[in-house]
Amino acid sequence: MQVPAAFEYERASSVEHALGLLAQLGPGARLLAGGHSLLPMMKLRLASPAYVIDIDPLVSELGYVREHGDEVRIGAMTRHRELLESPLLREKLAIFTDAERVIADPVVRNRGTIGGALCQADPSEDLSAVCAAVGASIVIRGLDSERVVPIEAFGRGPYRTAVGDAEMVTEIRVPLRAGSGSAYEKLDRRAGDWAVAAAGVSVTLTDGLIERAGIALAAVGAGTRSAEAEAALAGRPPSQEAFEQAAAAAADGARPVSDQRGSARYKRHLAGVLVLRALNRAAERATR
Amino acid sequence: MMAVTLRVNDREYTRTVEPRTLLVHFLRDELRLTGTHWGCDTSNCGTCVVLMDGEPVKSCTVLAATASRYAVRTVEGLEGEQGLDPVQLGFAAEHGLQCGFCTPGMLMSARALLDRMAARGSAGGNPLPTDAEIREAISGQICRCTGYTTIVRSIRWAAEHSGEEAHP
Repeated sequence: MQVPAAFEYERASSVEHALGLLAQLGPGARLLAGGHSLLPMMKLRLASPAYVIDIDPLVSELGYVREHGDEVRIGAMTRHRELLESPLLREKLAIFTDAERVIADPVVRNRGTIGGALCQADPSEDLSAVCAAVGASIVIRGLDSERVVPIEAFGRGPYRTAVGDAEMVTEIRVPLRAGSGSAYEKLDRRAGDWAVAAAGVSVTLTDGLIERAGIALAAVGAGTRSAEAEAALAGRPPSQEAFEQAAAAAADGARPVSDQRGSARYKRHLAGVLVLRALNRAAERATR
Repeated sequence: MMAVTLRVNDREYTRTVEPRTLLVHFLRDELRLTGTHWGCDTSNCGTCVVLMDGEPVKSCTVLAATASRYAVRTVEGLEGEQGLDPVQLGFAAEHGLQCGFCTPGMLMSARALLDRMAARGSAGGNPLPTDAEIREAISGQICRCTGYTTIVRSIRWAAEHSGEEAHP
């Protein structure tokens, strides 16, 4: 039987309330969003917070996907299912729709949130790679502060983020660029499992040339963005040759480890294959 | 300890429990509603699925305290005055279970799917789920007896028979 260690329970009714509780209760307090990352960690006693601040009611304040100028803004309490079913994301940022189809299972997607997933910062977590590929920014709030952190500066290694003890993620901002297409490719062993490897890609075409490419990997080690792969595409027309070079560069930069999901050699090969597939789909969507 | 009030199958219950009490244990140990099964404990197997405001959740990964904001429905709440729910009849008619361990979760996910299909039907869409939609709906749940084929058939049976009631 897996049971979390004992804790004191608080429920926050607003962002202000949650931030006030965090400041008051100190570093022993943790926010509980959808619970599908933190509760399993608590059952395994990998996390033993003294206080759990339940922010489930904040779904009404922070559950949204909306267009705002040249960005799409996603509230941190938006559940996976809302992301999967969002017509706006399907039309303009299909990489989210691709990824959500293969994140966990429909029942888990009813509870888990984007903010919770990003804050767990598991190296195999899909939305971190999605956000890296599209160049998202993360809004982090404290009682008297608000910071907008680029995704590259958000992750601080496995299970560590830029979010301070008395802070919380409130929003994810994704830039909309004309002429863009994006895609996510993941291989898992069975429905709902973590990735063996996964690749997220976003390309922006201007006058027939690749102006910007974002390429990110999940579950294969190292940082999520692949700068070498992105550089292999910048300024070139989209072509199979260019895509294959970028895929090879991404595979070279991966640092997978051998485990029950596959050997390091296999995962490295897979990373290249998935990047190539994602590039083809993203480019097709960019020209549609 | 804290007092938690839950609305389960249209009845209100208050119990004093530790804050770390999970919904599945609140239902089984405090309310003795043992129809909801407790399986893998890791949100993988899905036998603990119950509905919160009509949507399936894994009750091993929800605090009872969190669930108090929602209307909870368990397998005990399926049977109505008209008798068994169509999904229960479907599982009987099409042999949707052998050992029965996964059945409560399967029934609840099936109920939520069919409710969603009914809403789609009312909006002018197809009220019957495809086999792919049925398989997707139960893809977070594990059955080690049936090979899933008879479960899919049971849910399809229920969809076809609830259609008759809803649109006579």
